[in-house]
Amino acid sequence: MKRFAALSAILIALVLPALAQDWIRTGTGVGGEKIRIAVPDFKIVRDDPSAASLNKTFNEVLFTDLTQAGIFDVVSKSFYPLDAIAYPNDARLDVWAAPPPKASMLAFGNLGVSNGTMQVQGWLFDVKSTQSPQVLAKQYRESATGDSARLIAHRFADEIIFRLGGGITGIAETKLYFVSTRSGHKEIWAMDYDGAGQHAVTHLNSISLSPRVSPDNSRIAFASFYKGGPNISIWSLELGRLLSFPAFGGTNLSPAWSSDGSHIAFSSSRTGDPEIYVCDQNGNNLKRLTAYHGPDVSPVWNPKTNAQIAWVSGRTGLPQIYTMESDGTNVQRITDQGYAVSPSWSPNGQFLAFAWIRKYGPGSPGASDIYIMDIASRKWVQLTHDGGRNDFPSWSPDGRHIVYQSTRSGSEQIWTMLADGSQHIQLTFTGSNSQPNWSWK
Amino acid sequence: MKHIKIKWILIMFALAAIMIVGGCKKKQVPAPPPTAPPAPQPKATLSLNPESVARGETAVLTWSTADATDVKIDGLGSVQFNGSAPVTPSASTTYRLTATGPGGSTDATARLTVVEAPAPPPQAVAPESTTDEQLFSASVKDIYFDYDRYDLRAEDQAVVNADAAFLKSHPSIRFTIEGHCDERGSTDYNLALGDNRANAARSALISAGVAASQIRVISFGKEKPFCNESTESCWQQNRRDHFVYGQK
Repeated sequence: MKRFAALSAILIALVLPALAQDWIRTGTGVGGEKIRIAVPDFKIVRDDPSAASLNKTFNEVLFTDLTQAGIFDVVSKSFYPLDAIAYPNDARLDVWAAPPPKASMLAFGNLGVSNGTMQVQGWLFDVKSTQSPQVLAKQYRESATGDSARLIAHRFADEIIFRLGGGITGIAETKLYFVSTRSGHKEIWAMDYDGAGQHAVTHLNSISLSPRVSPDNSRIAFASFYKGGPNISIWSLELGRLLSFPAFGGTNLSPAWSSDGSHIAFSSSRTGDPEIYVCDQNGNNLKRLTAYHGPDVSPVWNPKTNAQIAWVSGRTGLPQIYTMESDGTNVQRITDQGYAVSPSWSPNGQFLAFAWIRKYGPGSPGASDIYIMDIASRKWVQLTHDGGRNDFPSWSPDGRHIVYQSTRSGSEQIWTMLADGSQHIQLTFTGSNSQPNWSWK
Repeated sequence: MKHIKIKWILIMFALAAIMIVGGCKKKQVPAPPPTAPPAPQPKATLSLNPESVARGETAVLTWSTADATDVKIDGLGSVQFNGSAPVTPSASTTYRLTATGPGGSTDATARLTVVEAPAPPPQAVAPESTTDEQLFSASVKDIYFDYDRYDLRAEDQAVVNADAAFLKSHPSIRFTIEGHCDERGSTDYNLALGDNRANAARSALISAGVAASQIRVISFGKEKPFCNESTESCWQQNRRDHFVYGQK
């Protein structure tokens, strides 16, 4: 018997290290105890031929938004009582508090359509607070279209997330900008955060790369070859056309907005070597920050302070992530090995997300994966493990999500995940889609 | 009691060991039925005429097989046992034919090399005189780079010198150096690396006496590869400075 116990111990010792991978939670607002919330389908109160399909869209979007928020344990709909809830008086809280739903929070309401107008009433109840359960009551009125149903669901979801998620605004109304080859050229495209409404923004019939939306969400800075060599271009989302921006000469790419929208950092080889520059949002007051030979690209600002810039430099060989003050002083190397590119600075200023091939070189075909690093401690966590080439992470404004590109499905596509590396969702499926950028709010 | 338990455990281990060892042993292949004689291995040939074409031109793929019941060509699908078909690939392509029959399957391959189409000869010029552009493409050779490097290889110095000698003797020629990278690595970093590659050649040509005003540089990173396969020989084709006549 003793021998058997000893054998078991050896077996466990052999197997455990293989299981003990670094899937660590990172304190990025994700993790901890998730709130158990139930979201029964909203009830149609003023029937209309279009109400059923609008209500279906609304219910699906609301459920998805809360599921993807990262702070809820959304109760599966199969656990719900059969009675639909249209108004607070219909809600039997004791039933929702007991198993199987065993919900802490209950979001419910009704949807009606009349004369082309859709009206939605939504409530959020704290199931355990039977005396005064109401946390939130909202009413929305929009034209009766599928897009409006999506928009109302996103707004109600963001209200719930804001109220229960520590006062951080949800991302249900945010957009993603990216590069797609769907039209035959690399153009800038946009979509909702959940992949809905994918459409081309530019039609330049050239090569357009690395879109970055301005903090006021009115313009997109990107690099484009439409006038010869790659230049920084600014597209007005309001006017639907390019704005004037100086051509600096050489290769100009990877623009990045400071979080106050006043400055743009980018890479330019106007002197014959790619260096990091900063200019005003209109291209004036150009200032060079780096001065080492070799590629310097992909600057990003610390959005919390705008006092620091992280970027990629090949000054010692393979590209590594560096940080400096936004005047070019105090250069620090952040990564110590491999091939590290595409930094994205978290909204709270604490983390850098980036793409890293930790073991790189001929004969060592390492995988490119997304990592995040705590800048103060230099501790890092690997977020993607599932193969393919993963690159271009970009933080969501709530700091709970990361959008990135991956080839794990067989082609280059856009995916999102929670910032702890869980809940990977593929958003694009046609053409080649790359370099995603998450809007600011 | 304890003894019996240990015995049982030992027996279980022994049984498991026998099963594992037994599982590793190769299964006996049942002898083929003695009546049928072994089917002959299919025969297949595949050829191209010509074996090298300019981009946009057509070559004829011809094949013949014997003892096959199914013949497939990658990219064309199932085909007749013997036949030919015109092909016009945009890049160099290796065609592979698989002939399958009762006696097994046989592969045959043929490679079609696609070369960049030469500029159409200008009509007005008499045939014996060549244009600057023709001279340029005949004389100025591209430069290739090591992985993730932008410094010129020692063995390429002779190429740079020859390029420089020609360009110095034709000071009216304006040209463009395009920096290119292989598909590995990140989009933005490769654009910067391609810029460094193009500028490395520019600096070398200027130190060899070529006028800076003749030269324009542009980086395409990995956006315009010459070759689309994920092989080292293809990657090497793409890690280059490509010299182009004129400045767009």
